[in-house]
Amino acid sequence: MKKTLRYLYLACVYLFLYIPILILVIYSFNDSKYSTNWQGFTLSWYTQLIADGPLMEAFVNSLVIAFASSVSATILGTLGAFAFYRYRFPGRKVMYTFIYIVMMSPDIVMGISLLMFFIILGMETGALTLLLAHITFCLPFVVVTVFSRISGFDRNIIDVAKDLGATELQMFRHIMLPMLMPAIIAGWLLSFTLSLDDVVVSFFTTGPYFEILPLKIYSMVRLGIKPEINALSAVMFLLSLITVTVAHLVTKENR
Amino acid sequence: MVSKSGFRNVSIGSTLLWITVFVVVPYLFVLVFSFFQRDPEQIVAAVFTWQNYKDIFSPVFLVVCWNSLILALGTTVITLLVAYPFAFFLGRIPERIRRILLLLMIIPFWTSSLIRTYALIILFKANGIVNGLLLSLKLVDEPLAILYTQTSVFIGLVYTLLPFMILPIYSSIQKLDLRLIEAARDLGATSGHIFLRIVLPLTLPGIIAGSTMVFLPALGLFYIPDLLGGARSMLIGNFIKNQFLTTGNWPLGSAASVILTLIMCLFLYVYFLSSRKARTSGMGEMA
Repeated sequence: MKKTLRYLYLACVYLFLYIPILILVIYSFNDSKYSTNWQGFTLSWYTQLIADGPLMEAFVNSLVIAFASSVSATILGTLGAFAFYRYRFPGRKVMYTFIYIVMMSPDIVMGISLLMFFIILGMETGALTLLLAHITFCLPFVVVTVFSRISGFDRNIIDVAKDLGATELQMFRHIMLPMLMPAIIAGWLLSFTLSLDDVVVSFFTTGPYFEILPLKIYSMVRLGIKPEINALSAVMFLLSLITVTVAHLVTKENR
Repeated sequence: MVSKSGFRNVSIGSTLLWITVFVVVPYLFVLVFSFFQRDPEQIVAAVFTWQNYKDIFSPVFLVVCWNSLILALGTTVITLLVAYPFAFFLGRIPERIRRILLLLMIIPFWTSSLIRTYALIILFKANGIVNGLLLSLKLVDEPLAILYTQTSVFIGLVYTLLPFMILPIYSSIQKLDLRLIEAARDLGATSGHIFLRIVLPLTLPGIIAGSTMVFLPALGLFYIPDLLGGARSMLIGNFIKNQFLTTGNWPLGSAASVILTLIMCLFLYVYFLSSRKARTSGMGEMA
Protein backbone atom coordinates (compact mmCIF):
# COMPACT_ATOMS: atom_id res chain seq x y z
CA MET A 1 0.00 0.00 0.00
CA LYS A 2 2.71 2.37 1.06
CA LYS A 3 4.71 1.32 -1.96
CA THR A 4 1.81 2.03 -4.32
CA LEU A 5 1.40 5.50 -2.85
CA ARG A 6 5.10 6.17 -3.35
CA TYR A 7 4.92 5.14 -7.01
CA LEU A 8 1.79 7.22 -7.41
CA TYR A 9 3.58 10.27 -6.03
CA LEU A 10 6.55 9.80 -8.35
CA ALA A 11 4.19 9.34 -11.29
CA CYS A 12 2.34 12.56 -10.46
CA VAL A 13 5.54 14.61 -10.45
CA TYR A 14 6.67 13.12 -13.76
CA LEU A 15 3.26 13.79 -15.27
CA PHE A 16 3.45 17.40 -14.06
CA LEU A 17 6.84 17.78 -15.73
CA TYR A 18 6.09 15.99 -18.98
CA ILE A 19 2.43 16.59 -19.83
CA PRO A 20 2.97 20.20 -21.01
CA ILE A 21 5.84 19.17 -23.26
CA LEU A 22 3.91 16.18 -24.58
CA ILE A 23 0.96 18.39 -25.43
CA LEU A 24 3.27 20.85 -27.13
CA VAL A 25 4.63 18.07 -29.32
CA ILE A 26 1.16 16.70 -30.09
CA TYR A 27 -0.11 20.15 -31.06
CA SER A 28 2.77 20.66 -33.42
CA PHE A 29 1.03 18.02 -35.57
CA ASN A 30 -2.48 19.43 -35.17
CA ASP A 31 -4.11 20.52 -38.41
CA SER A 32 -5.67 23.70 -37.01
CA LYS A 33 -4.34 27.17 -36.54
CA TYR A 34 -6.40 28.36 -33.59
CA SER A 35 -8.54 25.58 -32.21
CA THR A 36 -7.42 23.51 -29.28
CA ASN A 37 -9.43 20.58 -30.61
CA TRP A 38 -7.70 17.92 -32.56
CA GLN A 39 -8.36 18.50 -36.25
CA GLY A 40 -6.23 15.77 -37.73
CA PHE A 41 -2.59 15.04 -38.34
CA THR A 42 -0.42 17.36 -40.40
CA LEU A 43 3.22 18.05 -41.06
CA SER A 44 2.49 21.44 -42.57
CA TRP A 45 3.86 23.41 -39.58
CA TYR A 46 7.16 21.65 -40.01
CA THR A 47 7.27 22.33 -43.75
CA GLN A 48 6.39 25.98 -43.09
CA LEU A 49 9.23 26.06 -40.63
CA ILE A 50 11.73 24.93 -43.21
CA ALA A 51 10.37 27.46 -45.70
CA ASP A 52 10.71 30.33 -43.22
CA GLY A 53 13.98 32.00 -44.23
CA PRO A 54 14.72 34.22 -41.19
CA LEU A 55 13.80 31.42 -38.81
CA MET A 56 16.13 28.98 -40.53
CA GLU A 57 18.87 31.61 -40.49
CA ALA A 58 18.43 32.03 -36.74
CA PHE A 59 18.50 28.26 -36.36
CA VAL A 60 21.76 28.00 -38.28
CA ASN A 61 23.22 30.90 -36.25
CA SER A 62 22.27 29.11 -33.04
CA LEU A 63 23.87 25.88 -34.17
CA VAL A 64 27.07 27.64 -35.25
CA ILE A 65 27.37 29.52 -31.96
CA ALA A 66 26.53 26.42 -29.93
CA PHE A 67 29.11 24.38 -31.80
CA ALA A 68 31.88 26.99 -31.71
CA SER A 69 31.34 27.94 -28.08
CA SER A 70 31.03 24.36 -26.82
CA VAL A 71 34.18 23.25 -28.63
CA SER A 72 36.16 26.27 -27.36
CA ALA A 73 34.85 25.86 -23.83
CA THR A 74 35.66 22.14 -23.91
CA ILE A 75 39.27 22.74 -24.99
CA LEU A 76 39.78 25.53 -22.45
CA GLY A 77 37.93 23.73 -19.68
CA THR A 78 39.72 20.41 -20.14
CA LEU A 79 43.09 22.14 -19.97
CA GLY A 80 41.85 24.08 -16.96
CA ALA A 81 40.59 21.01 -15.09
CA PHE A 82 43.90 19.29 -15.76
CA ALA A 83 45.82 22.31 -14.48
CA PHE A 84 43.71 22.43 -11.31
CA TYR A 85 44.45 18.75 -10.72
CA ARG A 86 48.11 18.60 -11.67
CA TYR A 87 49.70 21.91 -10.73
CA ARG A 88 49.99 24.06 -7.64
CA PHE A 89 49.91 27.74 -8.44
CA PRO A 90 49.00 30.93 -6.62
CA GLY A 91 45.28 31.61 -6.64
CA ARG A 92 44.40 27.99 -7.44
CA LYS A 93 41.82 27.60 -4.68
CA VAL A 94 40.37 31.07 -5.24
CA MET A 95 39.98 30.37 -8.95
CA TYR A 96 38.31 27.02 -8.37
CA THR A 97 35.87 28.63 -5.95
CA PHE A 98 35.28 31.33 -8.52
CA ILE A 99 34.36 28.73 -11.11
CA TYR A 100 31.63 27.46 -8.80
CA ILE A 101 30.43 31.00 -8.20
CA VAL A 102 30.21 31.61 -11.95
CA MET A 103 28.19 28.42 -12.34
CA MET A 104 25.73 29.44 -9.63
CA SER A 105 25.59 33.16 -10.32
CA PRO A 106 22.32 34.45 -11.79
CA ASP A 107 22.37 34.57 -15.59
CA ILE A 108 21.11 38.11 -15.57
CA VAL A 109 24.13 39.39 -13.65
CA MET A 110 26.47 37.70 -16.09
CA GLY A 111 24.43 39.10 -18.98
CA ILE A 112 24.52 42.72 -17.89
CA SER A 113 28.14 42.58 -16.71
CA LEU A 114 29.23 41.33 -20.14
CA LEU A 115 27.00 43.86 -21.89
CA MET A 116 28.67 46.69 -19.95
CA PHE A 117 32.10 45.19 -20.57
CA PHE A 118 31.57 44.98 -24.34
CA ILE A 119 30.11 48.48 -24.56
CA ILE A 120 32.96 49.97 -22.53
CA LEU A 121 35.48 48.23 -24.79
CA GLY A 122 33.63 49.71 -27.76
CA MET A 123 32.71 46.32 -29.19
CA GLU A 124 29.59 46.10 -31.35
CA THR A 125 27.31 43.40 -29.92
CA GLY A 126 26.80 40.59 -32.40
CA ALA A 127 28.15 37.16 -33.28
CA LEU A 128 31.56 37.68 -31.69
CA THR A 129 30.33 39.05 -28.36
CA LEU A 130 27.70 36.31 -28.24
CA LEU A 131 30.36 33.68 -28.82
CA LEU A 132 32.61 35.11 -26.08
CA ALA A 133 29.67 35.18 -23.65
CA HIS A 134 28.64 31.60 -24.42
CA ILE A 135 32.18 30.30 -23.97
CA THR A 136 32.23 32.08 -20.60
CA PHE A 137 29.11 30.45 -19.18
CA CYS A 138 29.93 27.00 -20.63
CA LEU A 139 33.50 26.96 -19.34
CA PRO A 140 32.73 26.25 -15.64
CA PHE A 141 30.48 23.30 -16.53
CA VAL A 142 33.27 21.69 -18.55
CA VAL A 143 35.86 22.33 -15.82
CA VAL A 144 33.63 20.79 -13.15
CA THR A 145 32.56 17.79 -15.27
CA VAL A 146 36.15 16.96 -16.27
CA PHE A 147 37.59 17.72 -12.84
CA SER A 148 35.14 15.38 -11.10
CA ARG A 149 36.41 12.51 -13.27
CA ILE A 150 40.09 13.43 -13.11
CA SER A 151 40.07 13.68 -9.31
CA GLY A 152 39.13 9.99 -9.11
CA PHE A 153 42.33 8.99 -10.96
CA ASP A 154 45.28 7.25 -9.40
CA ARG A 155 48.06 9.82 -9.17
CA ASN A 156 50.66 7.06 -9.67
CA ILE A 157 49.76 6.93 -13.36
CA ILE A 158 51.28 10.37 -13.79
CA ASP A 159 54.39 9.43 -11.86
CA VAL A 160 54.90 6.30 -13.97
CA ALA A 161 54.60 8.33 -17.17
CA LYS A 162 57.05 10.89 -15.85
CA ASP A 163 59.50 8.17 -14.76
CA LEU A 164 59.38 6.71 -18.24
CA GLY A 165 60.44 10.08 -19.60
CA ALA A 166 57.17 11.53 -20.90
CA THR A 167 56.95 15.28 -21.08
CA GLU A 168 53.93 17.02 -19.55
CA LEU A 169 52.40 17.45 -22.97
CA GLN A 170 52.96 13.80 -23.92
CA MET A 171 51.53 12.65 -20.62
CA PHE A 172 48.47 14.84 -21.12
CA ARG A 173 48.05 13.84 -24.75
CA HIS A 174 48.55 10.08 -24.45
CA ILE A 175 47.35 9.26 -20.97
CA MET A 176 45.03 11.90 -19.59
CA LEU A 177 43.11 12.70 -22.76
CA PRO A 178 42.02 9.11 -23.53
CA MET A 179 41.10 8.47 -19.90
CA LEU A 180 39.16 11.72 -19.67
CA MET A 181 37.34 11.28 -22.98
CA PRO A 182 33.90 10.35 -21.54
CA ALA A 183 33.90 13.39 -19.27
CA ILE A 184 35.14 15.62 -22.09
CA ILE A 185 32.38 14.42 -24.41
CA ALA A 186 29.78 14.88 -21.66
CA GLY A 187 31.07 18.39 -20.91
CA TRP A 188 31.01 19.24 -24.58
CA LEU A 189 27.45 17.97 -25.11
CA LEU A 190 26.16 19.76 -22.02
CA SER A 191 27.84 22.98 -23.16
CA PHE A 192 26.24 22.56 -26.55
CA THR A 193 22.80 22.24 -24.96
CA LEU A 194 23.41 25.15 -22.60
CA SER A 195 24.48 27.38 -25.45
CA LEU A 196 21.64 26.30 -27.73
CA ASP A 197 18.99 26.96 -25.07
CA ASP A 198 20.32 30.10 -23.42
CA VAL A 199 18.00 33.09 -23.36
CA VAL A 200 19.10 35.46 -20.61
CA VAL A 201 22.81 35.94 -21.33
CA SER A 202 22.21 35.99 -25.09
CA PHE A 203 19.49 38.58 -24.66
CA PHE A 204 22.10 41.09 -23.50
CA THR A 205 25.11 40.05 -25.54
CA THR A 206 23.85 39.76 -29.10
CA GLY A 207 23.02 42.59 -31.42
CA PRO A 208 20.03 43.25 -33.67
CA TYR A 209 21.80 41.84 -36.73
CA PHE A 210 22.61 38.45 -35.33
CA GLU A 211 19.45 36.59 -34.38
CA ILE A 212 19.46 33.25 -32.61
CA LEU A 213 16.64 30.81 -32.15
CA PRO A 214 15.76 31.17 -28.43
CA LEU A 215 15.52 34.97 -28.75
CA LYS A 216 13.53 34.60 -31.95
CA ILE A 217 11.13 32.25 -30.15
CA TYR A 218 10.97 34.67 -27.24
CA SER A 219 9.98 37.61 -29.42
CA MET A 220 7.52 35.49 -31.43
CA VAL A 221 5.80 34.16 -28.31
CA ARG A 222 5.39 37.68 -26.97
CA LEU A 223 3.36 38.51 -30.06
CA GLY A 224 1.15 35.46 -29.64
CA ILE A 225 1.34 31.75 -30.21
CA LYS A 226 1.55 30.18 -33.61
CA PRO A 227 1.61 26.52 -34.59
CA GLU A 228 5.03 27.06 -36.21
CA ILE A 229 6.45 27.82 -32.78
CA ASN A 230 5.04 24.54 -31.52
CA ALA A 231 6.91 22.73 -34.27
CA LEU A 232 10.06 24.73 -33.63
CA SER A 233 9.91 24.10 -29.89
CA ALA A 234 9.36 20.40 -30.48
CA VAL A 235 12.49 20.30 -32.65
CA MET A 236 14.52 22.20 -30.05
CA PHE A 237 13.32 19.92 -27.28
CA LEU A 238 14.19 16.83 -29.28
CA LEU A 239 17.67 18.19 -29.97
CA SER A 240 18.33 18.84 -26.27
CA LEU A 241 16.83 15.49 -25.34
CA ILE A 242 19.27 13.67 -27.61
CA THR A 243 22.38 15.56 -26.45
CA VAL A 244 21.52 15.26 -22.75
CA THR A 245 20.73 11.55 -23.05
CA VAL A 246 23.98 10.85 -24.91
CA ALA A 247 25.96 12.91 -22.36
CA HIS A 248 24.32 10.98 -19.54
CA LEU A 249 24.98 7.58 -21.13
CA VAL A 250 28.59 8.42 -21.96
CA THR A 251 29.40 9.28 -18.34
CA LYS A 252 27.44 6.34 -16.94
CA GLU A 253 28.83 3.63 -19.24
CA ASN A 254 32.45 4.35 -18.48
CA ARG A 255 32.32 4.68 -14.76
CA MET B 1 62.24 21.31 -19.91
CA VAL B 2 61.02 24.19 -22.01
CA SER B 3 58.05 22.20 -23.29
CA LYS B 4 57.17 21.13 -19.77
CA SER B 5 56.88 24.61 -18.39
CA GLY B 6 55.30 25.73 -21.64
CA PHE B 7 52.43 23.28 -21.38
CA ARG B 8 52.04 23.97 -17.67
CA ASN B 9 51.73 27.70 -18.26
CA VAL B 10 49.33 27.34 -21.16
CA SER B 11 47.02 25.02 -19.24
CA ILE B 12 46.97 27.18 -16.14
CA GLY B 13 46.97 30.46 -17.99
CA SER B 14 44.17 29.87 -20.47
CA THR B 15 41.39 29.26 -17.94
CA LEU B 16 42.76 31.79 -15.49
CA LEU B 17 42.97 34.46 -18.15
CA TRP B 18 39.53 33.72 -19.54
CA ILE B 19 37.82 33.85 -16.16
CA THR B 20 39.69 37.03 -15.23
CA VAL B 21 38.90 38.87 -18.45
CA PHE B 22 35.30 37.76 -18.97
CA VAL B 23 34.09 37.27 -15.41
CA VAL B 24 36.20 39.10 -12.84
CA VAL B 25 36.68 42.33 -14.80
CA PRO B 26 33.03 42.63 -15.94
CA TYR B 27 31.83 41.92 -12.39
CA LEU B 28 34.16 44.63 -11.10
CA PHE B 29 32.62 47.01 -13.62
CA VAL B 30 29.20 46.21 -12.17
CA LEU B 31 30.47 46.84 -8.66
CA VAL B 32 32.14 50.13 -9.56
CA PHE B 33 29.20 51.37 -11.62
CA SER B 34 26.83 50.71 -8.74
CA PHE B 35 28.63 53.53 -6.88
CA PHE B 36 28.64 55.94 -9.82
CA GLN B 37 26.18 58.67 -10.62
CA ARG B 38 23.79 58.46 -13.49
CA ASP B 39 24.59 60.84 -16.30
CA PRO B 40 21.97 61.52 -18.97
CA GLU B 41 24.56 62.12 -21.65
CA GLN B 42 27.36 59.69 -21.00
CA ILE B 43 25.31 56.99 -19.23
CA VAL B 44 27.40 57.34 -16.06
CA ALA B 45 29.51 59.98 -14.37
CA ALA B 46 32.51 58.83 -12.34
CA VAL B 47 31.36 60.48 -9.13
CA PHE B 48 31.09 58.37 -6.00
CA THR B 49 27.60 58.10 -4.54
CA TRP B 50 25.54 55.87 -2.26
CA GLN B 51 22.39 57.11 -3.99
CA ASN B 52 21.78 53.93 -6.05
CA TYR B 53 21.68 51.80 -2.95
CA LYS B 54 19.46 54.34 -1.23
CA ASP B 55 17.14 54.20 -4.25
CA ILE B 56 17.05 50.41 -4.06
CA PHE B 57 15.87 50.54 -0.48
CA SER B 58 13.30 53.19 -1.33
CA PRO B 59 9.59 52.25 -1.09
CA VAL B 60 9.07 52.17 -4.86
CA PHE B 61 11.70 49.56 -5.46
CA LEU B 62 10.84 47.67 -2.31
CA VAL B 63 7.36 47.01 -3.69
CA VAL B 64 8.90 45.33 -6.75
CA CYS B 65 11.43 43.63 -4.56
CA TRP B 66 8.83 42.42 -2.09
CA ASN B 67 6.66 40.94 -4.81
CA SER B 68 9.63 39.22 -6.36
CA LEU B 69 10.92 37.94 -3.03
CA ILE B 70 7.53 36.49 -2.09
CA LEU B 71 7.29 34.75 -5.47
CA ALA B 72 10.82 33.38 -5.21
CA LEU B 73 10.34 32.30 -1.61
CA GLY B 74 7.01 30.65 -2.41
CA THR B 75 8.59 28.84 -5.36
CA THR B 76 11.47 27.65 -3.18
CA VAL B 77 9.16 26.35 -0.44
CA ILE B 78 6.77 24.57 -2.82
CA THR B 79 9.55 22.96 -4.85
CA LEU B 80 11.26 21.88 -1.63
CA LEU B 81 8.07 20.31 -0.26
CA VAL B 82 7.51 18.43 -3.51
CA ALA B 83 11.16 17.56 -4.10
CA TYR B 84 12.16 16.19 -0.71
CA PRO B 85 9.76 13.22 -0.55
CA PHE B 86 10.24 12.76 -4.28
CA ALA B 87 14.01 12.41 -3.96
CA PHE B 88 13.53 10.03 -1.05
CA PHE B 89 11.10 7.77 -2.89
CA LEU B 90 13.26 7.86 -6.02
CA GLY B 91 16.19 6.54 -3.99
CA ARG B 92 14.19 3.46 -3.01
CA ILE B 93 13.22 2.42 -6.51
CA PRO B 94 15.05 -0.66 -7.87
CA GLU B 95 18.27 0.29 -9.63
CA ARG B 96 17.19 -0.59 -13.19
CA ILE B 97 14.06 1.54 -13.24
CA ARG B 98 15.71 4.26 -11.20
CA ARG B 99 18.35 4.89 -13.84
CA ILE B 100 15.68 5.64 -16.40
CA LEU B 101 13.70 7.78 -13.95
CA LEU B 102 16.84 9.73 -13.08
CA LEU B 103 17.49 10.44 -16.75
CA LEU B 104 13.87 11.62 -17.06
CA MET B 105 14.64 14.16 -14.35
CA ILE B 106 17.98 15.21 -15.86
CA ILE B 107 16.36 15.97 -19.24
CA PRO B 108 14.12 18.84 -18.02
CA PHE B 109 17.07 20.03 -15.88
CA TRP B 110 19.05 20.73 -19.03
CA THR B 111 16.41 21.54 -21.65
CA SER B 112 15.33 25.06 -22.41
CA SER B 113 13.10 26.58 -19.76
CA LEU B 114 11.85 28.99 -22.42
CA ILE B 115 10.34 26.11 -24.35
CA ARG B 116 8.96 24.59 -21.18
CA THR B 117 7.41 27.96 -20.31
CA TYR B 118 5.94 28.16 -23.78
CA ALA B 119 4.37 24.73 -23.29
CA LEU B 120 2.54 26.13 -20.27
CA ILE B 121 1.05 28.93 -22.35
CA ILE B 122 -0.62 26.40 -24.64
CA LEU B 123 -2.00 24.68 -21.57
CA PHE B 124 -3.25 27.79 -19.84
CA LYS B 125 -4.66 30.04 -22.55
CA ALA B 126 -8.37 30.85 -22.47
CA ASN B 127 -9.22 28.27 -25.12
CA GLY B 128 -6.42 26.00 -23.97
CA ILE B 129 -6.37 22.46 -22.62
CA VAL B 130 -6.87 23.27 -18.95
CA ASN B 131 -9.92 25.40 -19.59
CA GLY B 132 -11.28 22.88 -22.10
CA LEU B 133 -10.99 20.21 -19.44
CA LEU B 134 -12.58 22.34 -16.73
CA LEU B 135 -15.45 23.30 -19.02
CA SER B 136 -16.15 19.79 -20.19
CA LEU B 137 -16.11 18.52 -16.61
CA LYS B 138 -18.54 21.34 -15.83
CA LEU B 139 -16.27 22.57 -13.04
CA VAL B 140 -16.48 26.10 -14.40
CA ASP B 141 -19.10 27.85 -16.52
CA GLU B 142 -16.76 30.10 -18.47
CA PRO B 143 -13.04 29.92 -19.21
CA LEU B 144 -10.83 30.87 -16.28
CA ALA B 145 -8.27 33.59 -16.79
CA ILE B 146 -5.15 31.67 -15.76
CA LEU B 147 -2.69 33.17 -18.19
CA TYR B 148 -1.35 36.66 -17.39
CA THR B 149 -1.99 36.36 -13.67
CA GLN B 150 0.35 36.12 -10.72
CA THR B 151 -0.75 32.49 -10.33
CA SER B 152 0.47 31.49 -13.78
CA VAL B 153 3.84 33.14 -13.09
CA PHE B 154 4.04 31.17 -9.88
CA ILE B 155 3.13 27.88 -11.59
CA GLY B 156 5.62 28.71 -14.33
CA LEU B 157 8.45 29.21 -11.86
CA VAL B 158 7.62 26.01 -9.96
CA TYR B 159 7.32 24.08 -13.20
CA THR B 160 10.62 25.21 -14.71
CA LEU B 161 12.65 25.10 -11.49
CA LEU B 162 11.45 21.87 -9.85
CA PRO B 163 14.23 19.68 -11.33
CA PHE B 164 16.80 22.11 -9.91
CA MET B 165 15.53 21.31 -6.42
CA ILE B 166 15.13 17.57 -6.93
CA LEU B 167 18.56 16.69 -8.29
CA PRO B 168 20.76 18.23 -5.53
CA ILE B 169 18.51 16.79 -2.82
CA TYR B 170 18.54 13.41 -4.51
CA SER B 171 22.34 13.36 -4.62
CA SER B 172 22.60 14.31 -0.94
CA ILE B 173 20.11 11.57 0.00
CA GLN B 174 22.15 9.08 -2.02
CA LYS B 175 25.18 9.94 0.09
CA LEU B 176 23.27 9.28 3.30
CA ASP B 177 24.74 6.36 5.25
CA LEU B 178 21.75 4.11 5.96
CA ARG B 179 23.64 2.41 8.81
CA LEU B 180 23.26 5.62 10.81
CA ILE B 181 19.47 5.27 10.63
CA GLU B 182 19.63 1.58 11.56
CA ALA B 183 21.88 2.36 14.49
CA ALA B 184 19.56 5.09 15.71
CA ARG B 185 16.56 2.78 15.39
CA ASP B 186 18.38 0.04 17.33
CA LEU B 187 19.08 2.58 20.03
CA GLY B 188 15.36 3.28 20.26
CA ALA B 189 14.99 6.57 18.38
CA THR B 190 11.54 7.35 17.00
CA SER B 191 11.06 8.03 13.28
CA GLY B 192 10.50 11.72 13.93
CA HIS B 193 13.62 11.90 16.00
CA ILE B 194 15.68 10.11 13.37
CA PHE B 195 14.45 12.49 10.71
CA LEU B 196 15.11 15.65 12.68
CA ARG B 197 18.42 14.66 14.21
CA ILE B 198 20.05 12.57 11.48
CA VAL B 199 18.39 12.69 8.07
CA LEU B 200 17.64 16.40 7.95
CA PRO B 201 21.07 17.68 9.09
CA LEU B 202 22.89 15.29 6.74
CA THR B 203 20.78 16.23 3.72
CA LEU B 204 20.86 19.93 4.55
CA PRO B 205 23.63 20.65 2.01
CA GLY B 206 21.39 19.26 -0.73
CA ILE B 207 18.46 21.33 0.48
CA ILE B 208 20.56 24.49 0.47
CA ALA B 209 22.11 23.74 -2.91
CA GLY B 210 18.66 23.13 -4.34
CA SER B 211 17.26 26.27 -2.73
CA THR B 212 20.10 28.32 -4.22
CA MET B 213 19.43 26.89 -7.67
CA VAL B 214 15.71 27.68 -7.35
CA PHE B 215 15.65 30.92 -5.39
CA LEU B 216 18.17 32.86 -7.51
CA PRO B 217 16.67 32.06 -10.92
CA ALA B 218 13.22 32.70 -9.42
CA LEU B 219 14.41 36.27 -8.78
CA GLY B 220 16.08 36.69 -12.14
CA LEU B 221 14.27 34.74 -14.89
CA PHE B 222 12.69 37.77 -16.51
CA TYR B 223 11.10 35.99 -19.42
CA ILE B 224 8.73 33.94 -17.29
CA PRO B 225 6.69 36.92 -16.04
CA ASP B 226 7.13 38.49 -19.49
CA LEU B 227 5.42 35.54 -21.14
CA LEU B 228 3.09 34.25 -18.44
CA GLY B 229 2.35 37.31 -16.38
CA GLY B 230 1.62 40.10 -18.77
CA ALA B 231 2.74 43.46 -17.47
CA ARG B 232 1.51 43.09 -13.92
CA SER B 233 4.06 40.94 -12.16
CA MET B 234 7.69 41.86 -12.19
CA LEU B 235 10.78 40.12 -10.84
CA ILE B 236 14.03 41.75 -9.78
CA GLY B 237 15.31 40.36 -13.08
CA ASN B 238 12.75 42.41 -15.00
CA PHE B 239 13.73 45.47 -12.99
CA ILE B 240 17.42 45.01 -13.82
CA LYS B 241 16.64 44.37 -17.48
CA ASN B 242 14.56 47.56 -17.67
CA GLN B 243 17.33 49.64 -16.10
CA PHE B 244 19.68 48.57 -18.86
CA LEU B 245 17.41 48.41 -21.88
CA THR B 246 14.53 50.82 -21.23
CA THR B 247 15.43 53.41 -18.62
CA GLY B 248 19.15 53.47 -19.32
CA ASN B 249 19.96 53.73 -15.62
CA TRP B 250 23.07 51.57 -15.48
CA PRO B 251 24.12 52.52 -11.94
CA LEU B 252 20.76 51.51 -10.47
CA GLY B 253 20.70 48.28 -12.47
CA SER B 254 24.26 47.56 -11.32
CA ALA B 255 23.34 48.14 -7.69
CA ALA B 256 20.42 45.70 -8.00
CA SER B 257 22.80 43.16 -9.57
CA VAL B 258 25.24 43.59 -6.72
CA ILE B 259 22.42 42.88 -4.25
CA LEU B 260 21.50 39.75 -6.22
CA THR B 261 25.14 38.62 -6.16
CA LEU B 262 25.34 39.22 -2.42
CA ILE B 263 22.27 37.04 -1.87
CA MET B 264 24.00 34.33 -3.88
CA CYS B 265 27.20 34.65 -1.84
CA LEU B 266 25.15 34.31 1.34
CA PHE B 267 23.56 31.10 0.03
CA LEU B 268 26.95 29.68 -1.00
CA TYR B 269 28.40 30.51 2.40
CA VAL B 270 25.54 28.75 4.21
CA TYR B 271 26.00 25.81 1.85
CA PHE B 272 29.70 25.68 2.67
CA LEU B 273 28.98 25.72 6.41
CA SER B 274 26.25 23.08 6.24
CA SER B 275 28.25 20.69 4.05
CA ARG B 276 31.22 20.97 6.36
CA LYS B 277 28.99 20.31 9.34
CA ALA B 278 27.28 17.37 7.62
CA ARG B 279 30.66 15.85 6.81
CA THR B 280 32.12 16.19 10.29
CA SER B 281 28.98 15.16 12.16
CA GLY B 282 28.51 12.18 9.82
CA MET B 283 32.04 11.01 10.53
CA GLY B 284 31.76 11.77 14.23
CA GLU B 285 28.76 9.52 14.48
CA MET B 286 30.52 6.79 12.56
CA ALA B 287 33.56 6.77 14.81
